[in-house]
Amino acid sequence: MLTRSPDALAATEGSKRGTSIRIEGVEQDFGAFPALRDVSLDIQPGELVALLGPSGSGKTTLLRVIAGLNSPDRGRILFDGENATNLPVQDRHVGMVFQNYALFKHMTVADNIAYGLRVRPRRTRPPRAAIKARVMELLQFVQLDGLGGRYPAQLSGGQRQRVALARALAIEPRVLLLDEPFGALDARVRKDLRRWLRDIHKQTGLTTVFVTHDQDEAMELADRVVVLNEGRIEQIGTPEELYDRPASPFVISFVGEAVALPVTISDGHVTFGGRELHIDTHGLRSGPARVFFRPADIAVTAEGSGDLEGRVESLRRTPAGVRATIAIDGYDQTLEIDSPLDRSASLGGRVPLSLAKARIFPADENGDYVNAGDGI
Amino acid sequence: MSEIAVTSSGRSRGVKFRPVTQDSSFARYTLIATAVLFLALFLFAPLAIVFVEAFSKGIGPFLTAFGDPDARAAIRLTLLVAAISVPANLVFGLAASWSIAKFSFPGKSVLITLIDLPFSVSPVVAGLVYVLVFGGQGLFGPWLAAHGVQIIFAVPGIVLATIFVTFPFVARELIPLMEEQGKIEEEAALTLGASGFKTFLTVTLPNIKWGLLYGVLLCNARAMGEFGAVSVVSGHIRGLTNTIPLQVEILYNEYNNVAAFALAVLLAGLALVTLGLKTFLEWRHADALSGRARRH
Ligand SMILES: Nc1ncnc2c1ncn2[C@@H]1O[C@H](COP(=O)(O)OP(=O)(O)O)[C@@H](O)[C@H]1O
Ligand SMILES: [Mg+2]
Repeated sequence: MLTRSPDALAATEGSKRGTSIRIEGVEQDFGAFPALRDVSLDIQPGELVALLGPSGSGKTTLLRVIAGLNSPDRGRILFDGENATNLPVQDRHVGMVFQNYALFKHMTVADNIAYGLRVRPRRTRPPRAAIKARVMELLQFVQLDGLGGRYPAQLSGGQRQRVALARALAIEPRVLLLDEPFGALDARVRKDLRRWLRDIHKQTGLTTVFVTHDQDEAMELADRVVVLNEGRIEQIGTPEELYDRPASPFVISFVGEAVALPVTISDGHVTFGGRELHIDTHGLRSGPARVFFRPADIAVTAEGSGDLEGRVESLRRTPAGVRATIAIDGYDQTLEIDSPLDRSASLGGRVPLSLAKARIFPADENGDYVNAGDGI
Repeated sequence: MSEIAVTSSGRSRGVKFRPVTQDSSFARYTLIATAVLFLALFLFAPLAIVFVEAFSKGIGPFLTAFGDPDARAAIRLTLLVAAISVPANLVFGLAASWSIAKFSFPGKSVLITLIDLPFSVSPVVAGLVYVLVFGGQGLFGPWLAAHGVQIIFAVPGIVLATIFVTFPFVARELIPLMEEQGKIEEEAALTLGASGFKTFLTVTLPNIKWGLLYGVLLCNARAMGEFGAVSVVSGHIRGLTNTIPLQVEILYNEYNNVAAFALAVLLAGLALVTLGLKTFLEWRHADALSGRARRH
């Protein structure tokens, strides 16, 4: 909807094939603080990858290492198999869209976009008319025709973001890096721009890495999502893999909602508050563990067949049935369950609950939950 | 929000609070009057007297004062000193503020403190330090004399003392400005392929130009008007090592009031022009100056 004139882009970017990025054992310390720890990642040509993680998890740092704005303390960066670790930022040809866009305040929109072409050494600098034509083309591509003479301060957040993207695309980058591209925008604009970024990626074919702390954004847009936590990669996978086979308690809690029940494994049996849960432990060590499941994977079931039991705290009619707030015995939070009407439960009544799918993570010596076990 | 609520509820109670308002407006006008009176007495009156005295015997003697070769030499020397020390401090100020604002390195806070040193040290002490270091009996004095270099009681000493006294002006103005702007725009320029120097010219400099001009203006005013430090290292050799302020003092001590005030008019004029330009910058480019500078 926001994109048009794909031909304008085809003329400029279309013929480009994506560049592969390989990150090998990258570590970055700030003083004694490790911001990136042993990060390894392979990004395929033309792939759209999201770096997802909470604030402070090292997403921006990793993006800056790829761009060459930070030099890692250990590890290597390869573009198309060539070592780029010591390549200066100017020679990496990355299109970077900074978190707050970092537009040049004192330049017009057109001058911002033209900047990367104008600063080229005379020998490779396109002629003045060609630069102008290219700027017009990009302005049109990002739907800002006629706004070339404005200053960044005279634009809305969404428009600034598009200028930043046009400026980055002007240099015909090998890869496109975006730091929280939608972070500063309001919710409605964000939704529009998501689709737009997806289109841009499709049309340019550029290998694209974007940073986000919003899991919906990552899941909706990316071919693959890299989940970062405290400078480490927790999991790399397609959105489906992250949902269906989360590799760690962190991933299951961060990507979507999850309920965590403290359980005990003994001789292959999982018990929670004295009840046995029917979860396959296939060879997991006996001891304390934690069971994670999505609220959607629990349902009110027939009398006598439940894994868990809970008490109905409130009931609300919805178009599809009833939404019940249920307090599970032995668990300190309530959860909401949608059930069809006929499973009529009464307020304050007790209901049996069954788990359709769950993940179990046994605790290690330190009491941390590390290894994944498969669900029911 | 809450302040508005308090004001309106106070107002609705009306009469009861009026004396308070009267009191505060009385206090306000008293304070304003005191300030204006003070300014008139201690700033405007002396400035007016400078002009009155300079023209007390008419325009002829006023102009004659500038015909004096010693006066001309003093003007030339002042311009020369400013022409050397202002660019020197421009370069120093840019380098210092750039490194302080855009990099972190050990000893950064020491450097910031050192930059402020000339503000906290008496200019006379600064002058004396130069005499102790470069003077005839000083640390390097004999060595310098053996190589035929004279610094103290000569132009180089005056330039050095002036540079010392004026070096905080540009740096002090630029550091908060550059810190406020961060280095994100420069980084954007680098990713777009610009070299470090081109980034400085096309991104950094345009962002700080008004602040820089502001700092240079203050630096220049001080460089031309400095008395204490220059007085110590100058030696007061007529026609050779007297700057305008020093020449004014000599003429005044000789009861040559018209000539003294005629030269003083130059300094007062410089001050007025500086003030005018400074006000213009603050009015027109307030957003391009750092918050600290606007409070000057
Ligand atoms: N230049 C720096 N100096 C010191 N610490 C830094 C610097 N840059 C980032 N950090 C720290 O590294 C960690 C990761 O930062 P960042 O990559 O910006 O996180 P994210 O983008 O995921 O929010 C944070 O704890 C942050 O404070
Ligand atoms: Mg960040």
